[in-house]
Amino acid sequence: MAAVEIDVEYVAQLARISLSGEEIQKFGAQFSQILGYIDKLRELDVDQVDPTAHADPRVNVMREDVVQSSLSQELALRNAPVKANGLFVVPKIVE
Amino acid sequence: MDFEAVIGLETHVQLKTHSKMWCGCANSFGADPNTHVCPVCLGLPGVLPVANEEALRLTALTGLLLNGTISPFAKFDRKNYFYPDVPKNYQVTQYDKPSTSGGWVEFEFQGGLARVHITRAHLEEDVGKNFHFDRESGVDFNRAGVPLLEIVSEPDITSAEMACDYLNALKQILIYGGVSDCDMEKGMVRCDVNVSVRPKGEKKLGAKIEIKNMNSFSGVRRALEHEIPRQIAVLRSGGTLSQETRRWDDTVGVTESMRSKENAHDYRYFSEPDLMPFVPDAAWLESVRARVVELPLTRKRRFMKDYQLPAPDAETFVNDVPLGDYFEDVARQGVQPKALANWVINNLRARMTESNTRLEDLKFPPTGIPELIALVDAGTISSKIAQDVFRHMFESGESPAGIVESRQMGQVSDTSAIEQFCDEVIAANPKSAEDFRSGKAAALNFLKGQVMKASKGKANPALVGDLLASKLNS
Repeated sequence: MAAVEIDVEYVAQLARISLSGEEIQKFGAQFSQILGYIDKLRELDVDQVDPTAHADPRVNVMREDVVQSSLSQELALRNAPVKANGLFVVPKIVE
Repeated sequence: MDFEAVIGLETHVQLKTHSKMWCGCANSFGADPNTHVCPVCLGLPGVLPVANEEALRLTALTGLLLNGTISPFAKFDRKNYFYPDVPKNYQVTQYDKPSTSGGWVEFEFQGGLARVHITRAHLEEDVGKNFHFDRESGVDFNRAGVPLLEIVSEPDITSAEMACDYLNALKQILIYGGVSDCDMEKGMVRCDVNVSVRPKGEKKLGAKIEIKNMNSFSGVRRALEHEIPRQIAVLRSGGTLSQETRRWDDTVGVTESMRSKENAHDYRYFSEPDLMPFVPDAAWLESVRARVVELPLTRKRRFMKDYQLPAPDAETFVNDVPLGDYFEDVARQGVQPKALANWVINNLRARMTESNTRLEDLKFPPTGIPELIALVDAGTISSKIAQDVFRHMFESGESPAGIVESRQMGQVSDTSAIEQFCDEVIAANPKSAEDFRSGKAAALNFLKGQVMKASKGKANPALVGDLLASKLNS
């Protein structure tokens, strides 16, 4: 079984977290172990098993298209660190 | 070397539901910011989404209207990215098991029929709306979680004009099916454009440029009218193009590169564990199938074929469905369709608009217009007088025959009465009479007009012409 190389820095960037060099080493090793375990699962013969999206066999869980009451604006914004004019205020979005 | 454009469109359409996709917050435009929000659509911890059945129905209905296939198994996935308008830091969408796939949109283009194939139509959720201020931005989550259908076309489109016509055809189909109101002003339709160019005859596709988030069809047209020559110019000057995302600046009229999204394409999709797969059964599919309507193009062609109507008349009945249905109901009584179409479009529609009347509030019965046409055909009234009779019928609901009778509007075909008018007119206009005798045929029309006027429009025009001519020639 070949060791799986993971670009830990790239994954950290996608997840918007910053890691120290030490952490990159540590997590890189842990990722490899996890993927190694997944590789072990590949040894199982699953030819007779359908791919599944969910462990629970239920399907078609739906609700009727009925409007229910929402939060008040005041309540919706209560936890917002910054708010103005009924909006959640965030650092300026630069596209 | 000649170049050709290859264009594919991803069209996002807000579905016409009462409530949002995963929660009971209202799906409605124009409310105060953050008043149609709840823990589910704000992405607060510990909440569970539940799919709106009507949104799933409208998605399947769209698949049918676009000649596509409804998947026997569909599921939802998380598309992970960070942006302030995505409260959960992922957007729920359908990645590898969309609700519908395949199909096509057919529309009239450059005198023929064009067909743009559809790759898939999948269901996802809309995101919040950003407002930009000097130093910060603000987010309104009223739109977050509104059911959004993404309709992906194959790269079958070859010009800016064709892209625009495709979008209009798609929009009309969705409005017809009651899938979406497609109100552009309210941002209900948005478009991502994929465009590349290649030398004519070349099979390999050029580098794909994506233009994001266009919110008007004219914007799509203008962006393509700018972007296609730009790409061709780069290639002509020996440059190369690489895949990138650009933004259309509508005020300046140029596309520009969006650098900040360089790494944003790694969305790390995975199955949404909070939602169960969707496996429609036969009865459910049948209930959706029952909502399939005749497509606009089919309706237009049927009106042209079955009723021998010219294209503009048929289009009027395509754009105004109730009016077209009224026309069809009345046409079944066996009246000459073109005459009926003229009455319905020129008179009925105009009077309804003027007086703000709806079809269901009409005072006269569906037999009214056919009776009126019959009176004209029989020569009882002239077509000019018929206009007045129509107006009375529209206002009072009285029958055309009754109106003609009670107001003595019947055409005068009594020769002696008309002869008297003719004699008077000839006597009063000796110069015109002389002109006619000396060979100016047009003078007769003037005299005829005078007789019609003297008779208050009630004289039979053909009879007037005959009588005048014989009097002047004798």
